Amino acid sequence: MSGAQLSAAHAEAGRRARNARLGLLGPAVLIILLISILPLGITVVYSFLTPGTYGGVTWEFSTAAYVQFLFEEDIFDGTLAFNPAYLQIFLRSIGLAFGAMIGTLILGFPTAYFIATKPRQQRTFWLFLITLPFWTNILIRTYAMLLIIRDEGFINLTLMNLRIINHPLSILYTDTAVFIGLIYTYLPFMVLPLYASLEKLDFRLVEAGYDLYASRWKVLSHVIAPLAKPGIIAGCVLVFIPGLGAYITPELLGGGKKLMIGNMIAIQFGSSRNWPFGSAAALILMALVVIVLLVYARAAGREAKAHG
Amino acid sequence: MENDGERVATQTMEKAGAENRRNVAISARSLVKTFGTGEFAVHALKDVDIDIRENEFFTLLGPSGCGKTTLLRMIAGFELPTSGIIQLDGQDITALPPHKRPVNTVFQSYALFPHMTVAENIGFGLKMLGRSGGDIDKRVKRMLALVQLEAMANRRTDQLSGGQQQRVALARALAPEPKVLLLDEPLAALDLKLRKNMQIELKSLQAETGITFVFVTHDQEEALTMSDRIAVMRAGEILQIGAPTDIYERPTHRFVADFIGDINILEGSVVSSEGRTAQVRLKDGAVIEARVPEGVDGSGDVALAIRPEAARLAGPDETAALSGTLENVVYFGAASYLHLRLGSGEEFVLRHSGALDAYDLSTGSVLGIALQPGRARVLE
Amino acid sequence: MADLATTHDAAPAARARKLKARDLKAMPGFKAIAWACIVALYLPLIVLIVFSFNDNRSVVKWTEFSLRWYQAALENEGIRNAAWVSVKVALVATILSTIAATMAALATTRAAAFKGQGLAYAIINQPLMIPEIVTAIATLSLFSLVKYVTGITGIGYLMAAHTAFCIPFAFMPIRARLEDMTLTLEQAGADLYATPLQAFRYITLPLLMPGIVAGAMLAFVVSLDDVIITLMVAGPGETTLPIYILGAIRRGITPEINAVSTILVGVSVLLVALLFLVQRRMEK
Repeated sequence: MSGAQLSAAHAEAGRRARNARLGLLGPAVLIILLISILPLGITVVYSFLTPGTYGGVTWEFSTAAYVQFLFEEDIFDGTLAFNPAYLQIFLRSIGLAFGAMIGTLILGFPTAYFIATKPRQQRTFWLFLITLPFWTNILIRTYAMLLIIRDEGFINLTLMNLRIINHPLSILYTDTAVFIGLIYTYLPFMVLPLYASLEKLDFRLVEAGYDLYASRWKVLSHVIAPLAKPGIIAGCVLVFIPGLGAYITPELLGGGKKLMIGNMIAIQFGSSRNWPFGSAAALILMALVVIVLLVYARAAGREAKAHG
Repeated sequence: MENDGERVATQTMEKAGAENRRNVAISARSLVKTFGTGEFAVHALKDVDIDIRENEFFTLLGPSGCGKTTLLRMIAGFELPTSGIIQLDGQDITALPPHKRPVNTVFQSYALFPHMTVAENIGFGLKMLGRSGGDIDKRVKRMLALVQLEAMANRRTDQLSGGQQQRVALARALAPEPKVLLLDEPLAALDLKLRKNMQIELKSLQAETGITFVFVTHDQEEALTMSDRIAVMRAGEILQIGAPTDIYERPTHRFVADFIGDINILEGSVVSSEGRTAQVRLKDGAVIEARVPEGVDGSGDVALAIRPEAARLAGPDETAALSGTLENVVYFGAASYLHLRLGSGEEFVLRHSGALDAYDLSTGSVLGIALQPGRARVLE
Repeated sequence: MADLATTHDAAPAARARKLKARDLKAMPGFKAIAWACIVALYLPLIVLIVFSFNDNRSVVKWTEFSLRWYQAALENEGIRNAAWVSVKVALVATILSTIAATMAALATTRAAAFKGQGLAYAIINQPLMIPEIVTAIATLSLFSLVKYVTGITGIGYLMAAHTAFCIPFAFMPIRARLEDMTLTLEQAGADLYATPLQAFRYITLPLLMPGIVAGAMLAFVVSLDDVIITLMVAGPGETTLPIYILGAIRRGITPEINAVSTILVGVSVLLVALLFLVQRRMEK
């Protein structure tokens, strides 16, 4: 075989591999580009348009959506006054999502650690117990929570039957209810990555820690927690991001009174019929998420470098 | 003498033209394989020429990373060479995909299909070749008998021991009656005893089937016991091709001598030479007679190779060729290995198989060394 | 020595306790928290399921076991229609997303890494990285534009949206399975005269099957459970079961909702349990 023929064979093999790759990747990438990424572009465009009377948009350029986020236009003289209402919703959402993140971490870490230190056979079963709610419909889980914490719900009735309280605790439709709901919903999202990290932990290191005179708390904070850091970071991101965009939990447990960003955006596309403002709010939410993801990517990268 | 005979034979074969083609199963010319480009280029094979004859047990021997597996994968069709040509029975197969080559492989990891039974594994190649069900059954039965696994036909492969998996892999590769069977360190995963048994079995299987075996290993002992011919490779180059006795007793290259078996390598310079025999003065002043192999420059500073078994302790009445101070004695039953330090500071190991009673074996005693005539060789 | 022995004999219980405390892995209180979490995760669901079998309009006061709410739910035409829409959409989305995900996973694992592989992963996983509500309103915006321009309407939009967000879920287990499969098996196939197509048919595909099944089941569960995107994208007459349940909860709590919810939870649990079994077999 001459050199020319061989290089032709090389070129042919390379071209065939490239074609196969393109053909195989094509459908998945195309579907997501068209149905998930292109719409984000449309949203950017919509956020600079004027709301249509019956929903949708009118094709007139406007920055009103972004102005409306912080200011209110006086109906009579058209002057702008600072309006913190929407900003408050954003801040409350961030606060609730952050609180849920800390809450799930405090509950999830001991749980994941407990499972990871079980004998292998039992671990699978415990993991199954955690995974099951993870794949159970969030709407139904939230509804179940609503049944429990209602004024005439399971908890209040039990407590009253036991004569611990005389009047039902009014939890439903408060920030507390939303907070509890978020923790309940996203707890498995925290436990699973934590478990993945703790399962790989070499417990001889724990023994070494004790051997070197560390107390339980010192071993936990100086040996186990640093080694489980990738899992802690992943779990926090997995709880914070969906928590920030939560819709169902505040909708059912906040009773539409205690809004979070998700509900506010949905309302703009529903009863408020202000698509540009809804689009702008969604983009601001996305910007928040991208910032969190970038911080995460940097933290994960540092982690990988430190251990690489 | 032997080398000369071989050269004459080769010339005759070349004159015979097409006649000699029949005797060469695989022929590779100017094979080059480079991974990556520029500064980061790794040269896995640098201009390799090789002829593997029909019906021979041919071994590619070398340390890991020497290019032996790359060469094997090229013959199998899993890699394209960067340049060069590979022929099978005189036909160019360089760019032919693996499924179009009448060549089968026994993989290092066996690569048995976990979702098929033993029988289905063995019959896979025939099924792909479109043979009829009856033909396949008959052939699978014969192969099972050949590797003594008749009772395991319907087992899943993960229910087999390592040695049994090895036999299935062998039967699977032999079932389609390939022109050449490639074996990529197939015994590496087996324990020592099983490996010894499989070495004998493989050798007899090769003789029985008459198929050309190309065997890759880094184990020199394995190569010596099984092969008709061995190619010793290092860093993408073939250093020496020859029968096991050639490679062991007449190494032409320092690396080959060192890689295969134990050997003493001593520095020296040629004082005089006559034909293929040279007188070499060692660094401690002793002058030794040594053979200069074909193609090796026998002048100036050279390295001498002497196998431990080509030397022994000199008797009380003998004149010793060399002498050294004793550092260590390792007793092996049938023989003892004595580690001596020569006057030049070089270490010298000899294998003494006679009685040792007559010698002073305390550390530091000075002992004389006698050499078998003609066993010291000048290296390239 | 004698002293030590007597102390041990005197207080065997204390000694046992001390030995237990010496279990170096255990952390005080962790077991209690873990159990509390499991109870908290399951208690609401158990209450929901128990009261779906209650022969009473109340969802809190137990009277007697009965299947009347299941009967009511099954006779409810709204629920039946919603269930049918859910299954239709989930089936189409599962099939399409599993095929697309399998192809993409083959492209990213069966050959040498290539330039742009990271980008391909990022695109495929994109639906996982963005809050669902953003994807939901963005998809609504695009679809309303397309509907306005082309005049085409129908359930196809909903199916397309579900297919898109199911792809990363189907992709995960299929890719994991392929990464665990050594390329040597396919090479062995080629070595034994299998053409590339035959090697795929007889070797890659059967070995990949557990991964594909797992991916398809995940996609099905995810599609069946979706609320937010469906809520935004679904047109009239395209109400899925979760959307029906959401509407019913807003109208007022009835045991009928408990019954439908229990059925939906049962389907998810069944699929996830199956998935666990498939994956355990895969590990063997």
